[in-house]
Amino acid sequence: MENQTSNQITQESPPKKKKWEGLELEHFSYDNTIVRNFAYATTFWGVVGMLVGLLAALQMAHPMFNFTEYFTFGRVRAVHTNAVIFAFVGNGIFMGVYYALPRLCKARMFSDLLSKIHFWGWQMIIVFAALTLFLGYNTAKEYAELEWPLDIAIALIWVVFGVNMMGTIIKRREQHLYVAIWFFIATFVTVAVLHIVNSMEYPVSLTKSYSLYAGVQDALVQWWYGHNAVAFFLTTPYLGLMYYFVPKAANRPVYSYRLSIIHYWALIFIYIWAGPHHLLYTALPDWAQWLGTVFSLMLIAPSWGGMLNGLLTLRGAWDKVRENPVLKFMVVALTSYGMATFEGPMLSFKNVNAISHYTDWTIAHVHVGALGWNGFLTFGMIYWLMPRLFSTNLFSKKLANVHFWIGTLGILFYAIPIYWAGWTQSLMWKEFTPAGFLKYEFLETVTQILPMYYMRAFGGLLYVIGVLIMIYNIYQTIQQGKFVPEEKASAPAIKVQEKEKGGHWHSWIEKRPIQLLFWSTVAILIGGIIEFVPTFLIRSNVPTIAAVKPYTPLELEGRDLYIRENCAVCHSQMIRPFRDETERYGDYSKAGEFVYDRPFLWGSKRTGPDLQREGGKMPDSWHFNHMYDPQSTSPGSIMPAYYWLIENQLNTSLTERKIKAMQALGVPYPKGFEKEVHEDMAKQAAEIQERLAKDNIQVKSDREIIAMIAYLQRLGTDVKKVAPQYLPKK
Amino acid sequence: MQVLIILVVCSLVVALGFLAAFFWSVKDNQYEDTYTPSMRILFDDTYSDSETGENNTTEHLN
Repeated sequence: MENQTSNQITQESPPKKKKWEGLELEHFSYDNTIVRNFAYATTFWGVVGMLVGLLAALQMAHPMFNFTEYFTFGRVRAVHTNAVIFAFVGNGIFMGVYYALPRLCKARMFSDLLSKIHFWGWQMIIVFAALTLFLGYNTAKEYAELEWPLDIAIALIWVVFGVNMMGTIIKRREQHLYVAIWFFIATFVTVAVLHIVNSMEYPVSLTKSYSLYAGVQDALVQWWYGHNAVAFFLTTPYLGLMYYFVPKAANRPVYSYRLSIIHYWALIFIYIWAGPHHLLYTALPDWAQWLGTVFSLMLIAPSWGGMLNGLLTLRGAWDKVRENPVLKFMVVALTSYGMATFEGPMLSFKNVNAISHYTDWTIAHVHVGALGWNGFLTFGMIYWLMPRLFSTNLFSKKLANVHFWIGTLGILFYAIPIYWAGWTQSLMWKEFTPAGFLKYEFLETVTQILPMYYMRAFGGLLYVIGVLIMIYNIYQTIQQGKFVPEEKASAPAIKVQEKEKGGHWHSWIEKRPIQLLFWSTVAILIGGIIEFVPTFLIRSNVPTIAAVKPYTPLELEGRDLYIRENCAVCHSQMIRPFRDETERYGDYSKAGEFVYDRPFLWGSKRTGPDLQREGGKMPDSWHFNHMYDPQSTSPGSIMPAYYWLIENQLNTSLTERKIKAMQALGVPYPKGFEKEVHEDMAKQAAEIQERLAKDNIQVKSDREIIAMIAYLQRLGTDVKKVAPQYLPKK
Repeated sequence: MQVLIILVVCSLVVALGFLAAFFWSVKDNQYEDTYTPSMRILFDDTYSDSETGENNTTEHLN
């Protein structure tokens, strides 16, 4: 860190001192090492996440791709989503921010040490996340599956990132904050808030916790988080990067800086409220659903403003797009962003959502965003950055073009069949015969779309091949280049200036209000949460149904197995008030039924049928056989076999603590009940064992399968005891 | 739906934080000039030592 000031002028000619004041050049350098490291990380985890995704795609097409309990679809899917979102895109964000932010601020990153802690901390979290998810430690909340110790680690590392970023902004040499920086700030603040609120859990042990919220409440918090994770992890940071890297790659200023400002403020204000569109027609109160819908529709304006601003940056430079693979990637990224953000509001129309919800349409929608927008912008940035970091040219433009076309084909082969599959399945679910019966069994709607699942896997394969081509290309680029760890730069120190309004702008004074404002916000939030949560949630105020009782200890253990295997990824537990759903599954879901569900398990896709009214439909032996060999009871099913549930002994060492935790959360188990859990479990397990024995199935009563059957047979039975006219309408 | 209160409060705090940031940015004359900033980012402030030849920026083909 040099800090010479060229003070010769001032020494030689004192009269001129005033004129030159503040224009003295300061010399410093940019840290390229951290950018390179994050670039390697995003590439590495990208390939890992995509390969796991490819495995998941194959598992959807044929159950033979499920290997052992650790690599069945439920767990693989959680690893895939977390790897792609937090490892691939997460490291992509940091790669871009650590390159763009110092250059926009004309200042080195605030602290090299914090950069290193941030980098290694984040990679450690990713490794532990993958391990714990494969092992089945899972909270069942989508994109927030990680257990509480990792949640805390994420929060800490995220704050390290934030301090590093705010520190850089405060010591900047360029007074004006370019629009990209605003997007980075919004990302940091909002993700911190979302993550903390949604990860409020009551720990039972190091690897098990129960959500502080129950049922409908939990669902609302989860999708408030889930939707804003899309908004502030996959969208705002990448928009910030788009506003830096697209103009840089095109060597053209952004189309309209004014639009970028309006785009920014509009986007962040509206996005926060759109979460309930993930819960349309569920047991969530109607007005909350409408609120989410209305805001989602409004979102199209800022989203498209951003897309057009990016695309129109290339006006008069389209000839460059023909020549330059980086711009090709960025154009397709922006176009995908436009498609996904057009589709989002459309899917938020309740009547459209009635068709699309629970189907593969959602999967196609997110993959246009993930593969197109996040993936292609990341590749564009890597192709642009690496030659600069290594002071050379890209090894092969031709290979980059090959990657571009293979990747684009991959996206098309992924998205189109899956859109088709989603539409097909939904129409089949809803079709009745002239006599008024459902036309198709659930299983028929699955086997119908298996060809599309194979095509999707092929599309995913193409996409991965493209990434491997990129890795080869970048490797060769690195081989022919020479890494520049410190990029020297110079800029005048920020001017100490008198302002017309509002007194002095003074760097050391300004530091404190910003820090104060920022930390007080964090403090207010944390304090607020700690005050609010117990006050409001211990006695949940959802309209109660007297017949709904807490789970027995055995059922609770079974439910935790259901969570461990992540069954909610394929089986919903939320029946919407449509004729076909009430016909197929039973009475539609009421808010009061879920008051003891921590976490809620409504699911967001039906690869298998809804299970909310499953209790009592089938004998215990059917469930046993179905778990042991799903194809024996349902020929052609794509469900993996869960044979280890039959082999494993149920771990009951935590049952007492689980019941105690539930009591602390306000579940009305009788006083002292935790002492009786083992007796209670043994009794219920023996009953199930007997019923199985009647059907010639001999199994020990201490096996996991017994608990799982207990839970499945309990589902929806409470409400069945009540005549429909006595149930609340919602 | 007590949790709505928490979510609304959190969302409002974030939104108000952004509103405060917006007011600050307007007061700080961040938006006085909406053209120069978009041009400024295109210029590099890096330089190369003529002696060592470090930071030699080559013509990037891409």
